[in-house]
Amino acid sequence: MSGADVTPSCPAPVRRHAKVQLAHGGGGRLMRELIEELFLPRLASGRPSRRHDSAVVELGAERIAFTTDSYVVHPIFFPGGDIGSLSVFGTVNDLAMAGAEPRFLSAGFILEEGFPLDALERVAESMRAAADAAGVALITGDTKVVDRGKADGLFVNTAGIGLVPAGVDIAPDRVRPGDAVILSGDVGRHGIAILSVREGLEFAVPIESDCAPLSASVRALVRDGVELHCLRDLTRGGLASALNEIALDGAVGITIDEELVPVLEPVAGACELLGLDPLYVANEGRFVAIVPESDVERALRALRTEPVSQGAVIVGRVADRERGRVVATNRIGGTRLLDLLSGEQLPRIC
Amino acid sequence: MKYIDEYRDRFKSLECAEAIRRIVTRPWKIMEVCGGQTHAIVRFGIDEIIPAEITLIHGPGCPVCVTPLEILDKAMAIALRKEVTFCTFGDMLRVPGTRGDLAGAKSEGADIRIVYSPMDALTLAHGNSTREVVFFAVGFETTAPANAMAVHQAARLGLRNFSLLVSHMLVPPAMRAMLAAPARQMDGFLAAGHVCTIMGIEEYRPIVERYRVPIVVTGFEPLDILQGIRMCVAQLESGRAKVEIAYARAVRPSGNIPAREMIGEIFEVVPRKWRGIGPIPESGLGLREKYRSFDAEVRFDVVSIEANEPSECLSGLVLQGVRKPEECPAFAMRCTPETPLGATMVSAEGACAAYYRYRRSARA
Amino acid sequence: MRMGDVSFGGAVKRVSLAYTPEAEVGDFVIVHAGFAISRLDQEEAERVFQYLDEIGGLGDSSGSASSGRPGDAGSSGGPLGSGEPVPPGEPERQA
Repeated sequence: MSGADVTPSCPAPVRRHAKVQLAHGGGGRLMRELIEELFLPRLASGRPSRRHDSAVVELGAERIAFTTDSYVVHPIFFPGGDIGSLSVFGTVNDLAMAGAEPRFLSAGFILEEGFPLDALERVAESMRAAADAAGVALITGDTKVVDRGKADGLFVNTAGIGLVPAGVDIAPDRVRPGDAVILSGDVGRHGIAILSVREGLEFAVPIESDCAPLSASVRALVRDGVELHCLRDLTRGGLASALNEIALDGAVGITIDEELVPVLEPVAGACELLGLDPLYVANEGRFVAIVPESDVERALRALRTEPVSQGAVIVGRVADRERGRVVATNRIGGTRLLDLLSGEQLPRIC
Repeated sequence: MKYIDEYRDRFKSLECAEAIRRIVTRPWKIMEVCGGQTHAIVRFGIDEIIPAEITLIHGPGCPVCVTPLEILDKAMAIALRKEVTFCTFGDMLRVPGTRGDLAGAKSEGADIRIVYSPMDALTLAHGNSTREVVFFAVGFETTAPANAMAVHQAARLGLRNFSLLVSHMLVPPAMRAMLAAPARQMDGFLAAGHVCTIMGIEEYRPIVERYRVPIVVTGFEPLDILQGIRMCVAQLESGRAKVEIAYARAVRPSGNIPAREMIGEIFEVVPRKWRGIGPIPESGLGLREKYRSFDAEVRFDVVSIEANEPSECLSGLVLQGVRKPEECPAFAMRCTPETPLGATMVSAEGACAAYYRYRRSARA
Repeated sequence: MRMGDVSFGGAVKRVSLAYTPEAEVGDFVIVHAGFAISRLDQEEAERVFQYLDEIGGLGDSSGSASSGRPGDAGSSGGPLGSGEPVPPGEPERQA
């Protein structure tokens, strides 16, 4: 087979999808395209979007952060949490990432006919406990039921509002070259906890989801006067996806040192076993904070006062080069591009 | 983790790269045949730390990439049948067939499940006799023992609803085909560590004797790969050509005997087409006559499906090491992991995907 | 089919030991598609580091290999010598 008679372009056609694929929900490139190309052109309000976890709007003299999220996690109950606690903490965290003090949540339920009522009770109790832990109130909601087979047990949507304190302005476009990237703790626990149920993995010491509210950590940062350029919580797609979104939306480059990213040994082991990269595995109680170099020490001290972020460390820097990209340096000194995944590493992880 | 972390040691890796530098006097091209090695090389930047005289060529070591088009089409035909539960490893989901891929079939309603082992598919079949469970048996010799065991157990259990769609490929015949090609690219090989864990090194001896190329059986961590390269270069520099095992902690010269016996019981050597390369005689495994009832191609009558391979797509040149992914005009432009033109971009171990994920520098 | 619990740094998975009949509790194995396919030889594992010490110190060539007698299956592991040919089917010996 010689190279002489080969045509330099491949005749296979470029594909466009005609139907929704699982990958469209993966938090990666395909989902981004779906949002940019299908939803935004039709739904955007004309207000410029700052591309952040919550939208911040002015209502009278106040700035309100407003966000919504839907939860389709499977299994519904997992080590360290359930769809109920997840749905409260997830929305609380999106508000916290705008620097807001989370105040009120709504909850909408889509129930499949045949879903056991005692399971539903557990979910509701879990939501109440989570709301109390996060200091928010669930004040309105809705319930719908669909035929057996039309919703896998239970889907939940929560929306939330919170107040953004004066002087706090957090969004990817505030990120500057030279800023430090701080990570609030070890990564990968949520994804592995979920997978351990799906794949029949056991652990010498059980791995639980890191599902938790982050508002206290953000409050500590604001209280201590740390200049916050951007905050982002890590969910599906993990650390790599969160950093990619910031790099793309903020038009900056980000470099991290892989060796500095904390991963628990059994989580690393599970990732080796399953062929996953911990940098891309889902979390539900971790975030990155991008702050100017001058505020790094103060930020770390503030974060380490809160249990959920006591493992906070610097993992990287914002750069002027390779804008829109995230680069990781590795153990033997080489570098690799930490790209957005195209699709679905782990479906229905949150 | 033990036996992994030590082989990623920075200091030792750089020392090994330095040791290579000290003995190299001329340019050499070395091909690694295993997708896992390609992945590690690009991810850890091993090609960045070895001396410039050494060029690493990425060979057809990714079973996903070389699975022929017609097998994908057969998979789609089977998976779309209402009575079938089609089980596969995740990396086959987005490989383009003639008309779409398995992920697309899933969104059309096909019952497609991702599994980590053929035994998971067997368990599904055993637990639900109303479904026809099919396992997509793609891979080199490394996964053949697992697939063989699944068939063996299915026969023992008398299961009537379990079958394999087989597309096993063998590495040494592909190496021969590339060595025999007029545009031969490589001076030496890093052989696939895990394939050799099963098969041992017997098959390489005739290749070494005939073609006078060093073959070093190599592992997957940076230190393993660097050691393999060092041993290969040492042979090349002194004009020797032998089979050596650099991955001796896992590989024995005779391989894994119980595994080879089970493979021999269930499978026989057959010709196979390699996507991007073409047909290579005696380069694959197929189910023996005795186990033909577990052959999904026969059960679902898709034996006659043929596909016209597009006249060589550049994937073929990449697979043979003639081109590097970055040299393809479509790379990162029309061809991306979301819109792959060939299997080397879809598979996580494909050279194009590895380059795209880890190396793509900003293009104007 | 003999099964075992294999720990990956604390994450434990049930794996078939059908192809590693010699594996005992405490051994390290390579796992592929739910099967252990090789038992790690711990002495050989150490050899890589000895090899490096040698080539690092000597700063040159051919620590390499095998004795190269015709019919030789090739050396295993250490390029440091051993060259005793290992007839196929026999358990591998250390240098």
